[in-house]
Amino acid sequence: MAKASTSGKKKTPVKKTNTPAAMDDAFALKSLQDALDKKKRFKPTKDQLLHFYEQMLLIRRFEEKAGQLYGLGLIGGFCHLYIGQEAVAIGLQSALDNDTDSVITGYRDHGHMLAYGIDPNVIMAELTGRAAGISKGKGGSMHMFSTEHKFYGGHGIVGAQVALGGGLALAHQYNEDGGLCLAYFGDGAANQGQVYETMNMAALWKLPMVFVVENNQYAMGTAVRRSSAETEFYRRGAAFRIPGMKVNGMDVLEVRQAAEIAFKHVREGNGPVLMECETYRYRGHSMSDPAKYRTREEVQDQREKNDPIERAKADLMKLKVKEDALKDIDKAIRATVAEAADFAEKSPEPEPSELYTDVLVEEY
Amino acid sequence: MAIELKMPALSPTMEEGTLAKWLVKEGDTVSAGDVLAEIETDKATMEFESIDEGTVGKILVAEGTEEVKVGTVIAILAGEGEEVSDTAPAAQEAVPVEESTGPEVAAAEAAEKPEAKERPADPDIPAGTNMVSLTVREALRDGMAEEMRRDERVFVMGEEVAEYQGAYKVTQGLLDEFGPKRVIDTPITEYGFAGIGAGAAMGGLRPIVEFMTFNFAMQAIDHIINSAAKTNYMSGGQMRCPVVFRGPNGAASRVGAQHSQNYGPWYASVPGLIVIAPYDAQDAKGLMKAAIRTEDPVVFLENELVYGQSFEVAQLDDHVLPIGKARIMREGSDVTIVSYSIAVGVALQAAEELAEQGIDAEVIDLRTLRPLDKEAVLTSLAKTNRVVIAEEGWPTCSIASEIVAICMEEGFDNLDAPVLRVCNEDVPLPYAANLEKLALIDKDGVIEACKKVCYAD
Repeated sequence: MAKASTSGKKKTPVKKTNTPAAMDDAFALKSLQDALDKKKRFKPTKDQLLHFYEQMLLIRRFEEKAGQLYGLGLIGGFCHLYIGQEAVAIGLQSALDNDTDSVITGYRDHGHMLAYGIDPNVIMAELTGRAAGISKGKGGSMHMFSTEHKFYGGHGIVGAQVALGGGLALAHQYNEDGGLCLAYFGDGAANQGQVYETMNMAALWKLPMVFVVENNQYAMGTAVRRSSAETEFYRRGAAFRIPGMKVNGMDVLEVRQAAEIAFKHVREGNGPVLMECETYRYRGHSMSDPAKYRTREEVQDQREKNDPIERAKADLMKLKVKEDALKDIDKAIRATVAEAADFAEKSPEPEPSELYTDVLVEEY
Repeated sequence: MAIELKMPALSPTMEEGTLAKWLVKEGDTVSAGDVLAEIETDKATMEFESIDEGTVGKILVAEGTEEVKVGTVIAILAGEGEEVSDTAPAAQEAVPVEESTGPEVAAAEAAEKPEAKERPADPDIPAGTNMVSLTVREALRDGMAEEMRRDERVFVMGEEVAEYQGAYKVTQGLLDEFGPKRVIDTPITEYGFAGIGAGAAMGGLRPIVEFMTFNFAMQAIDHIINSAAKTNYMSGGQMRCPVVFRGPNGAASRVGAQHSQNYGPWYASVPGLIVIAPYDAQDAKGLMKAAIRTEDPVVFLENELVYGQSFEVAQLDDHVLPIGKARIMREGSDVTIVSYSIAVGVALQAAEELAEQGIDAEVIDLRTLRPLDKEAVLTSLAKTNRVVIAEEGWPTCSIASEIVAICMEEGFDNLDAPVLRVCNEDVPLPYAANLEKLALIDKDGVIEACKKVCYAD
């Protein structure tokens, strides 16, 4: 169904592909991958790369601190850390138009929020369940939102965010605002049926949407090869004529380059893109993870050879950034994170009366 | 500064564990990520990693120690440039972390539940207003169309809503007037389009998501409950989800068990949802408009067998009815029959026959199942002292059960007889015509129950 619009507002055009032959001609599942293969890495300015480094390091240090606070009993329930996957959120979200584009993800959401520059204090205070938390302490680690930044959560049901993301993309198309929706999900969620229901409709209606599989190799304790008949997730859009891209999610510059290519394709009205970012989580699925499903050596190998922050650091060295400058960044981030932890620990819990607020918006 | 390494909690419920093995010794240099110790709980053995760099100072809890409380300092880590010996005295004593706010504390500061507000009454219909006869089907369509004219953000999506003109013709004519951008045919993919509808509402639109019947919404119930109903609360009031999920609910005719079920009680049990189940055309239209306008997510339960029935509807452009307000369909003084949706018709028929037998029944149409208009039920109970609930649905954990509980808890002193439930039989709906008839409520059952509570047998 072509949802052609008539107004003169800024909008994503919807390309018409009327005949099957035209569709075949216009459709090249591999075209975006080919474009990425031609030029793998984004060429940042020194300042841009420094910023990426700083943001990734903030996520890393924030998550390490969250792990500590969890160990101390200050954070309860489930707490899913993003350590190891930092380059995915930063590479992608640095390429967004934050005035219009929207983002939605699952429960491993701390990093995506920090990528927006949202105050670490209010995120950490949500983790500790305090009134100053971004959801007033009523959401917790898995349920955080910032409508101001067009960040729509933070969802605890595996895969649900993908269909919701389809709705956000529909709203962009409906409002003709030129925006796109970036919907993240994991290799585990990639086996949920609703992901494919959404792919079908997104492709059918040419919704401005980028499906991002953060393939961190394990769905809780189940390795990809034990759960998935097709382990090359970027191919899974082929049945819906959605072009796929396979990206090294441990390299912020490759992720950023892939984002440039994918976003351009979507903004030109070609419909959705499916991007698989191969990444690795260093920590357990959540804090209560016996970690018996993989070897310590495997984790150590990733940390030593494939770390996204170390890679960015090496790139910065090539740009003649001094080691001291990076140490200063680390010091400042440690201070920020320590302050966030302090704030999150000292802030009061929500007032008991908050129990009954926000159940409904209106009074009846 | 020396860092105290404390016994970590490895799961939300862990209170203590066994320090199975130290993998470092005093004086070892460690960096972030190094495994310091193995910790055992009854569920698992886990590795305890270092988060900071430094030198292991004093080990305060020996390996093999059981029942080490979470939060106990188990070792001291000396930071860069610190002497190991400096670090030891800092925490000889094992101090468990403060208990987080437990149930006792919570009880001490128990929250005051806000007072229930008085619910607004239906707006007056001005004298001399032209009344027209409309089917419920047409009234629902008119309600949607008026709101679509009023608000550009309102759109309809679902299976066969556009080109087919609606599987039950409720969306008839909408495509012609509003075009394919606002009347969207979806594939048969309930989970997916319920999520897309909820997401579009989060993104600022006002979707009306039609389920061909609510039986198929079972495929999508996760989005109705987890995505739509809970988001406002979980976001601390930041993110709304003003979506309307609508479609026929309850038993149809001879379609068997999988296509015949009343989901009213299911959705009405969920905080964060508005659940509306109108009976006649005027309420269907006025409440549909209210459902579309509210900022809250709504489950709007229609009934296929009522779609074709005609009722008088005031010819008013903007007659929006209040959500959460019941309606007295027939005044009476001897017994109250509480009902909603198709069963209101059954209750009214029963009341007519009871009148012939000298029993004056009051019939209440709840109209909204959540929030439930308790006051209307209790006020009527105070007048008649007897309550019967007529519900086209299963009896167990039903709206009827809820009304019984309300009458017990808040109207006990006014009761002259036990409250009785008249519901469908507690079985999947059979196909055979005779069995189907036996399974569904009918007016005779309502009459019998009313006579029983009036001790008129």
